[in-house]
Amino acid sequence: MKANLFGKYHMFILKNVTHKYGDKTILQATDWAASQGEHWLLLGNSGSGKTTLLHIMGGLLKPTNGDVEIANQNLHQVNGSKLDRFRAQHIGLVFQKPHLIQTLTVLDNLLLAQYMAGVKKNKQRCLEVLTQLNMQHHKKSYPNKLSQGEMQRVSVARAVLNSPKVLLADEPTASLDDENTVQVIQLLQQQAQVVNATLVIATHDQRVKNEIDQVFNL
Amino acid sequence: MNLIKLSWSYLNKKRLNTFLNTLLLSFGVGIIIFLLLVVNQAEEKLKNNAQGIDFVIGAKGSPLQLILNAIYHMDSPTGNIPLSEANMIANNKRLVKKAIPLALGDSYKAYRIVGTTTEYPEFYKCKIAQGKLWQKNFEVTIGAIVAQKLGLKVGSKFYSSHGLEDDDDLAHKEHAFVVTGILAPSKTVVDRLILTNIESVWEVHGHHDDHEEGEDHKDSTDHEHKEGKDHDHKEGEHHKDSTDHEHKEDKDHDHKEGEHHKDSTDHEHKEDKDHDHKEGEVHGEEKEKEITAMLIQRRSNMAIVMIPGMANRSNKLQAVSPAQQYLKLLENIGIGADVLQYFAYVIIFIAGLSIFIALYNALKEREYDLAIMRTLGATRLKLFTHIILEGMLLALVGALLGFILGHGAVEFTGKMIAGSSQMTLSGFQFLSAELNILILVLVVAFVAALIPAIQVYKIDISKTLAK
Repeated sequence: MKANLFGKYHMFILKNVTHKYGDKTILQATDWAASQGEHWLLLGNSGSGKTTLLHIMGGLLKPTNGDVEIANQNLHQVNGSKLDRFRAQHIGLVFQKPHLIQTLTVLDNLLLAQYMAGVKKNKQRCLEVLTQLNMQHHKKSYPNKLSQGEMQRVSVARAVLNSPKVLLADEPTASLDDENTVQVIQLLQQQAQVVNATLVIATHDQRVKNEIDQVFNL
Repeated sequence: MNLIKLSWSYLNKKRLNTFLNTLLLSFGVGIIIFLLLVVNQAEEKLKNNAQGIDFVIGAKGSPLQLILNAIYHMDSPTGNIPLSEANMIANNKRLVKKAIPLALGDSYKAYRIVGTTTEYPEFYKCKIAQGKLWQKNFEVTIGAIVAQKLGLKVGSKFYSSHGLEDDDDLAHKEHAFVVTGILAPSKTVVDRLILTNIESVWEVHGHHDDHEEGEDHKDSTDHEHKEGKDHDHKEGEHHKDSTDHEHKEDKDHDHKEGEHHKDSTDHEHKEDKDHDHKEGEVHGEEKEKEITAMLIQRRSNMAIVMIPGMANRSNKLQAVSPAQQYLKLLENIGIGADVLQYFAYVIIFIAGLSIFIALYNALKEREYDLAIMRTLGATRLKLFTHIILEGMLLALVGALLGFILGHGAVEFTGKMIAGSSQMTLSGFQFLSAELNILILVLVVAFVAALIPAIQVYKIDISKTLAK
């Protein structure tokens, strides 16, 4: 890796990250750094540890070894509610399944994201993002009334709502049809661009590989 | 968006579950509220009516029955006592401050006619709403509820019936009572009474009663006498004269009485010179003037010891302290209420358990939601509070239902018994003790939610999301 690995202008830096369950090594990543606004694909076969790596980058999991620096913050140095707060402010996560809160409307799901992140309530911002994703007419719908593609769009909206520095998507298209796949990938890129976030999409989906050039292989 | 709204959204989504979980709680709370209100209102009622009455003097028998009858006008009278003997106690001015005689025995449509003095309504601080207090015989002043329920007005006339039940067959058709006044509602027993002077009761009821009793008495004497003749001929020789004598007298008297009964007014007018109730006096030679009870307010503490002693010297009288009987009664009712109350607490405890189970199960289903919220930046404390709040909200809904249930049940019971009972119940009474119940319920809910809420701390976000 380059000498400027820990330079200020990198949005995230991974160094010697490995993770073990017991004796079994499930993740061994080469060093990786990305600048602000870059879009990356994280490729690897099933079981290669893509999800584990994203969880580590999202501060959901502590790696057994190695350092993770996100937006100039070494994640080893933050814990507990500080880490929660850091995650809320800097990281947006999209999962294979949308996982919206079923008891709340689309709009309330977004408002909840603001509330949980400890961000000031801003309904205007929620509506703005929904409009960008062409979901504004569903703001009062409950998630179970939406299609998979629509739900995934709402979950993208939720992830970018608080303008994260890093947007991490774990197999976001795995349960979508072709049309929705293209849409969601484009929306992710578009939204990442709007908030100038570094985007990482973990996938083994051939349909996605054509959309993004920069690739990190596990 | 806030935690209450979030917690509520989960409860609202599973309305049936929420309802079932709160049902138990609402029953527990409802029962306690019901007991609380009923016991409180019964106590108030008892206290109000017995306030200032230190002793009730009446015929020997059940002390509680005497109290119930003379103060609360429930239950049947223990019997009558001679006025003269009651007066022997009442006339002790050093011991007795106030003595109010009561003569019972007649009623109108199940509302009791009480022969007494004007001190009685004064004692209960009753105010006249319409008309005036009774002055002459057969004038009555009626309580507010009597007036309302029976639609009586000043000037209304009615015939009383013998006994305390509503029975037309036993009506005394000779004398009509005239309503001269209606009392303002006093929230005391007087509201349900028809008040008149003692003489009226003696006249209308005493006549009849004496007459009947007299006849009975004569019959038995007659019978005994005959038996005596048949069996105790020799032994009874000495005795015979006197009995014979009596017998003759009785016979004569009996005869007169019979006539008298048919057109008593005429007869009375012929015989009467000074009084309306000469008959009573005639009887007075054999039977004294009687009253049912006398309410005593003591003047000195000495009376506490003296009056029961004086009453006991007579073989007909007893003096009963309402306060003591009231304590006894409460002790007895208390046991029943206590058991029910424990039962209600057990229900609340079980309700707490059901809240615990509901939250614990919900937590398994919602692990994913909670993990997602963590990825959105929610702290553990926030989610801990979220679960606790959900338990509290559940409890609050249950308590609210319980309050409605309890108050509703009291109001409903009050309406049910309104016509038939001396007891009035209102569901619209609110006690500070209810706040304690709310606090108890919230504490139970907090404890019930505590373990599920602590589980939130143990959720491994990464593992949960990877599932």
